[in-house]
Amino acid sequence: MMTFIEHIKHPLKRRQALAGYSFISPWLIGFLVFGLYPICMSVYYSLCKYDVLRIPQFIGFRNYSDLLFNDNYFWVSIWNTLFFTALRVPLVIVGSLLLAVLVNNAIKGVKIFRTIYFIPSIITGVILSSLWLWMLNPQYGLINSFLTYFGIDGPLWLNDPNWSKPSLILMSIWSLGGGRMLVFLAALQSVPQHLYESVELEGGNWWHKFKHITLPLISPVLFLWSILEVIASMQVFIEAYIMTKGGPLNSTLFYNLYLYNKAFDNFEMGYASAMAWILFVITLIITIIQFKGSKRWVYYEGEGAK
Amino acid sequence: MKVKEQSNKNVMNKKRIKNILIFSLLTIVAVMFIIPFLWILSTSLKPESAVFSLQWFPETWKFDNYLKVFEKIPFLPYLKNSVVISLLTIIGTVLSSSIVAYAFGCLEWPGRNTIFIFIIATMMLPLQVIMIPLFIMFKELGWLNTIKPLTIPAFFGGGAFNIFLLRQFFLSIPKSLLDAARIDGCSELRIYWSIVLPLAKPALATVAIITFMFAWNDFLGPLIYLSEKAQGTLALGIAQYAGQMNPEYSVLMAASVLMMLPIIIIFFMFQKYFIQAFTMSGIKE
Repeated sequence: MMTFIEHIKHPLKRRQALAGYSFISPWLIGFLVFGLYPICMSVYYSLCKYDVLRIPQFIGFRNYSDLLFNDNYFWVSIWNTLFFTALRVPLVIVGSLLLAVLVNNAIKGVKIFRTIYFIPSIITGVILSSLWLWMLNPQYGLINSFLTYFGIDGPLWLNDPNWSKPSLILMSIWSLGGGRMLVFLAALQSVPQHLYESVELEGGNWWHKFKHITLPLISPVLFLWSILEVIASMQVFIEAYIMTKGGPLNSTLFYNLYLYNKAFDNFEMGYASAMAWILFVITLIITIIQFKGSKRWVYYEGEGAK
Repeated sequence: MKVKEQSNKNVMNKKRIKNILIFSLLTIVAVMFIIPFLWILSTSLKPESAVFSLQWFPETWKFDNYLKVFEKIPFLPYLKNSVVISLLTIIGTVLSSSIVAYAFGCLEWPGRNTIFIFIIATMMLPLQVIMIPLFIMFKELGWLNTIKPLTIPAFFGGGAFNIFLLRQFFLSIPKSLLDAARIDGCSELRIYWSIVLPLAKPALATVAIITFMFAWNDFLGPLIYLSEKAQGTLALGIAQYAGQMNPEYSVLMAASVLMMLPIIIIFFMFQKYFIQAFTMSGIKE
């Protein structure tokens, strides 16, 4: 309160305060209109039966109970999404870390390799999906043509319910690996060299160095990206919408795809709003578990001093 | 003496073998990363009859596929929409996120840090929660099938992440510089426009690239708000074509190459900012 009065009294400070409040006003308006208002409405809609044409009809927690107890597709989509996330997050992170270790070697031309590995990262969304739709074509796609060349019968990829999710994960590694690699590379390069030398003096090999020096020191970065990666994986949508439409046999009916179908094909807006909140809660719970678990493996410098 | 030379030689040899191994591994991975690009380029230039063969260099190069794109997808109107939406989103985002960031990075006012933390917290807002109410709001405003829902919000705040990014950069601008301008009687708006913005070009470029990538590739937004065919974007047009029962892959790949082109050009022109944008935001999905 003191500071506020001080600010008002002092003309220069008052001028700054006035400017400050007016400069943030675009954000404030945007937040109220495109953030806060929709959130409140979403809570309300989730308690309603609402098909856009007629006004929302309040039904209490019916949408939530229907989802949890009467909707098999809901559980299918949760299973698909969790399975996809559980497989994709570790594979993308380990894959990118391996790439980072590989391009962290002082070798001639390594910068060119870094650029090459990064290039797929600039392809996203629709282009990525149509490119891989063609790559994964079971008969004529590049991957199976290549396998045939070596006399291997490739799987049906997106057309096989057992392979559809792994196919999308394979695509993720190709498209995300290079970008994440650069993040991890920066972390690897910030590890002080003398720490490795002391391991060498004690006769440790590369594995000792990796396990006792590298891993602890880059663990905060790994942790941050595992959280971001989980959030992103839980939201998977475009790939499934374009490449598989949820099939075959609902094996790629991911949560957000089902939500989209409910909202914009069936116009069950209340039901879909309830779904959105359930996904939010699930993602939040997973993030909290990750935070709790992180105490066991994430090392923060300076913690020892406490 | 000789023994030492011998062991030195051994170490050298070992190192050379290790380097060769690493180099081969690097090359194999590079091929895996780059080959899909050559493959789509090759497919996009093949006659449809040759598409289904593992042939890297077709006997006849067919540039017709690129012309066919214009028949199969309303390419020019969609391109126009994509360009207009991307440009407006970039302008709106850069202007509004920088002016808000100025308030947090260069001005002192009561409540500043609390509100800043609050803005950071809004990054947690789940998109799918606000998606449906936004759709209904835009519908009631009569904004559906116009580019308004995809561009106007950008002018109001420009996204929490961009505000954060620019604020960090603005903090590194020496206070004395701003104070000197203030003593000379410059208004805050003037300081923002003529001193801070020119200094912040690298950060603004990073924000512009993040925004461009997002707007150019955005699929869900156009899918929901632009249901009428005449109003589509490139992403929407290509997705519709890819979603058909039997798309002609040569045409689909040609369309993808065309849509990819601006991204690749920007990547090679502004590699540094591009990579910065990616490693900092990580927002790819």
